[in-house]
Amino acid sequence: MQWETVIGLEVHVQLNTVTKIFSGSSTAFGAEPNSQANLIDLGMPGTLPVVNKEAINKAIQFGLAINADINQHSAFERKNYFYPDLPKGYQTTQLERPIVGAGAVEIELADGSKKSIRIHHAHLEEDAGKSLHEDFHGMSGIDLNRAGTPLIEIVSEPDMRNAEEAVAFARKLHSLVTSIGICDGEMSQGSMRFDVNVSVRLAGEEKLGTRTETKNLNSFKFMEKAIALEVERQIDVLESGGTIDQETRLYNGDTHTARAMRSKEDANDYRYFPCPDLLPVMVTDEEIELLRNALPELPVARKERFVSQYALSAYDADILSGDLHLSNYFEGVAAVSGDAKLSANWVMGELASYLNRDDISIRQSPVSADQLGQMITRLKDGTISSKIAKQVFEACWNGEGDPDQVIEAKGLKQMSDSGELEKLVEQVLADNAAQVEAFRAADEGKQKKMFGFFVGQLMKLTQGKANPQQLNALLLKKLND
Amino acid sequence: MAINQDTVLRVAHLARLQVTDQDCAELSTRLSDILAMVDELQQADVSDAAPMAHPLDVQQPQREDKITETDIRDLVMPLAPAAENGCYLVPRVIE
Repeated sequence: MQWETVIGLEVHVQLNTVTKIFSGSSTAFGAEPNSQANLIDLGMPGTLPVVNKEAINKAIQFGLAINADINQHSAFERKNYFYPDLPKGYQTTQLERPIVGAGAVEIELADGSKKSIRIHHAHLEEDAGKSLHEDFHGMSGIDLNRAGTPLIEIVSEPDMRNAEEAVAFARKLHSLVTSIGICDGEMSQGSMRFDVNVSVRLAGEEKLGTRTETKNLNSFKFMEKAIALEVERQIDVLESGGTIDQETRLYNGDTHTARAMRSKEDANDYRYFPCPDLLPVMVTDEEIELLRNALPELPVARKERFVSQYALSAYDADILSGDLHLSNYFEGVAAVSGDAKLSANWVMGELASYLNRDDISIRQSPVSADQLGQMITRLKDGTISSKIAKQVFEACWNGEGDPDQVIEAKGLKQMSDSGELEKLVEQVLADNAAQVEAFRAADEGKQKKMFGFFVGQLMKLTQGKANPQQLNALLLKKLND
Repeated sequence: MAINQDTVLRVAHLARLQVTDQDCAELSTRLSDILAMVDELQQADVSDAAPMAHPLDVQQPQREDKITETDIRDLVMPLAPAAENGCYLVPRVIE
């Protein structure tokens, strides 16, 4: 049987405001537990929430970035359920009147084809606290620092047909929200979390199959794996004559397994109603225009600019424009070095592989854009060779100083004094008289192979610091004398 | 629309309210009366009225994104039945 997969995503994006959506508590990550939870966040009686203007503005900017309708009149509702990390007993969210209406995001697939994924809407809401299950001897510990952190929940239409499209869509959103500066994009800190709705149906079937929701995936890799696992499970169940239960599932990335979370009998009934503590949010045309004008360059525009301004290939431009921090870094390197292509190669090559190896983000790179730019300048002006440059880069990465300091301290300067090099060439030829004889007697084809021997000897002697072009020319001249 | 006793018990469970059998009968009558009133409201012609989320023509004041709150953990944490290492303790919840 031929099955078709249908995927829709709900994406939670933490807005990078300084304070919470309804209170003046800090949202900084990594603070002492419960040190950033005040009376409003704790759901104490007698408190009143007041909306953070920045949270509203950032949500609107997201809507503008995906060409969505902005609802100039939106309202907050209460979603009621009991959970210890939700002290009020309800989450303040939006349902009937979300601030961002329908829009669309275009994704690009590996084969170069493009596809538009429709966004149903995006709404503002508050995050819950965190439940910690380790180290509390059979109890759960509750940290409410995150309670009240502003989120937008982006709800897509079920427009994706496989894991690749879902991941491309998720990456696109990540690129968008970081580029317009409304989210720090730190996946490991939970700044973006994905709920994946998956169903399967027989090819050609119009009606959607029963879907399941796999919740709280916080990496692209896990998302891809969780989708593959769930598709396989649903097909197995259906092909052996079973039916799919509409349920919420939890994926465990360590074991690559998933299980049902809430059973149907106990399905939540959230009893939404308009929040009486909060008045409707109104936004004027003028305010929307101001926010539109304040939008930074979008990734699509940046990609085009990278191609036209720096003459990068579409492929390079795509990679470098996808992440705002990576883009800024690259532009920093290019500005200092004055060589965009070489800068792109180093950023996507050596730098990317070090970041990958140490599993850190571009913002944590121990080598600054300035330093890499300086190093490339030294590479271009012939002070160091590309081979030595890798050594310099490694030293800078390990915190041994600026490129110039490293080159100086380690004596890595390329030998440009031709007199000195000439002496060394003569010395090598004298020390290897037999090989020189053989070289002179050999035909051209063999000479090419033998030439490498002399280059090797000289590089050894100069510890790789000889300028390769200069060395080759000198050596050739002396051998043919 | 009438609310039977099963519905009352289900809603009570969702709201984590304990309802006795005696209360249940009374609540079912009273809630049904409220819904009857809402049914009556539904008869009103609202074709000319814009939907509203609030009865008054007022809008949400917005505050600047500035930290105004300080750490009050040491004041409020002693109110909790149990706490440890800066966290509130609750019976283990894991889904």
